[in-house]
Amino acid sequence: MHPAFSVLFLTTLIGAGQGLFLALFSVEAYSELGLVPAPGSDFFATGSLLALVLLGLGLFASFFHLGRPERAWRTATKWRTSWLSREVIVLPAFIGVVFLYGLAHWLQFNPPLGVLPGENFVLLTVLLGILGTLLAFALFVSTAMIYAAVKFLQEWHSPLTVVNYTLLGAASGFTLATALAAWAETGLVPFLAGWAIILTLLGLVGRVASLIRNARIKPKSTLQTAIGVKHPAIQQKSQGFMGGSFNTREFFHHRSPGFLRAMKWIFLISAFAIPTLLLALAMAMTVNPTNVLVAAFVIQYLGLLAERWFFFAQANHPQNLYYQSVS
Amino acid sequence: MTQLALVIDLNVCVGCHACVTSCKEWNTSGDAGPLVDMNPYGADPTGTFFNRVQTFEVGEFPNTETVHFPKSCLHCEEPPCVPVCPTGASYKRKEDGIVLVDYDKCIGCKYCSWACPYGVREVDAQRRVMTKCTLCVDRIYDQNLPEWDRKPACVRACPTSARLYGDIHDPNSVVSQAIRENGGYQLMPEWGTKPANHYLPRRKTRITVREDELERADNPLKIDSQLPKPDRDEPSLDDVTSW
Repeated sequence: MHPAFSVLFLTTLIGAGQGLFLALFSVEAYSELGLVPAPGSDFFATGSLLALVLLGLGLFASFFHLGRPERAWRTATKWRTSWLSREVIVLPAFIGVVFLYGLAHWLQFNPPLGVLPGENFVLLTVLLGILGTLLAFALFVSTAMIYAAVKFLQEWHSPLTVVNYTLLGAASGFTLATALAAWAETGLVPFLAGWAIILTLLGLVGRVASLIRNARIKPKSTLQTAIGVKHPAIQQKSQGFMGGSFNTREFFHHRSPGFLRAMKWIFLISAFAIPTLLLALAMAMTVNPTNVLVAAFVIQYLGLLAERWFFFAQANHPQNLYYQSVS
Repeated sequence: MTQLALVIDLNVCVGCHACVTSCKEWNTSGDAGPLVDMNPYGADPTGTFFNRVQTFEVGEFPNTETVHFPKSCLHCEEPPCVPVCPTGASYKRKEDGIVLVDYDKCIGCKYCSWACPYGVREVDAQRRVMTKCTLCVDRIYDQNLPEWDRKPACVRACPTSARLYGDIHDPNSVVSQAIRENGGYQLMPEWGTKPANHYLPRRKTRITVREDELERADNPLKIDSQLPKPDRDEPSLDDVTSW
């Protein structure tokens, strides 16, 4: 498939935004339980703002994928059958909850909404955090299912697609949250960096599993089934036109196999190896590691862009069987 | 339930592209707006077409056969492109089974083209919406056309009658008979899309001519000789009468 930059930015930016929100709420949940030092509400407000910026940029990028962005509101109508429609509904809902979550922290408006047995108060921000967490996961699933649900693209049609979108988004978000925690000097760096490393390594496992799976895929469609002639030797002599068309542009990456291999190693090193090392380095540093962690996030984000590029480029659409030879 | 479809006879198609140009001409002149042609006389021309004729070589030289293969939307009975559409712009008509795009609802997200294994949907670069074969829905129901002309433009254009058109759910239609009697098949059956359009395979064409067929008594052009008359004493055809 042709990797469109609008979609690369959309999926990576909102993934990082969702991951950042999950990291923020993890911190809040752990600190409510007294497992980590509670940061000030400024930390949550700043983090939510950062998440909103990422989500907003992702939403903005997505409009460049549309031929008719002015009709985008119509996309919310077919949520019963279309994962794309579901994503379009969940994304603004998630943005709304993140906004409310950040606002509640910024205004320090956090009334207890109820009492649980044992004198535990149900706080507004905790409720919003749980709702946001559910929506974050729903958004990961919706985004990934857009690709995993297309059975013709066998490289995508796998539960690993959903797992990897979730893990990679969460990993980049936690890395960013670690950088934020270091900048805000909250003492949360070891906690967040530890989780960021775990998620990055889990993401590596999931991504390598899908690389191995995709390397062994046997295409279901062949030239024989494509035109219904059972002879083993079939060659296309003409695709019917000599100029370009939508079919020759949209479904192929137009790069060499060598370029594809290079991208694979670039993303394996940049999205997984370097960030893990930098996160571990930050945990061991005695001075403030903000710069190292910002570098870790930037490198990981660029690596994830390469990963998403490769994700698209590797998928081989059966329609390409019909477009192999110009004349 | 009606399911209108095309049946394309690969044994007859000569690859002349008349259906391609006729399709383009009809559909670029319709109410929905022109099918774009960008840079038509330049270095890198591109444009939207609903129908293509491709050419394949089957076998190894010198024992090869050339297969001309027209390809347009197959109007699947289980169209995978329809449920993925987020706006409902892509739909399958209940009354005749034609898969259509509502150009006023389409946002041009291209998701339906990803969900079509046949690559028959094309984004029109000028209208910025997804376009596809309509089975000439603006032609086949046009009361202003004489009834024999209410067929898709590609069918009307085909000089060898390689394209048949009709309702594949009616067992007595031309297309159903052709599918039944000539080994009609569907493309990429492995995906369960149940394409309505069928293809008839290449097959050996032989004409067996017996001598008595050449020397017919009712030979309309009177150029064949008459069968020799039997002698008077020989029995005649029915062994009863004689000259």
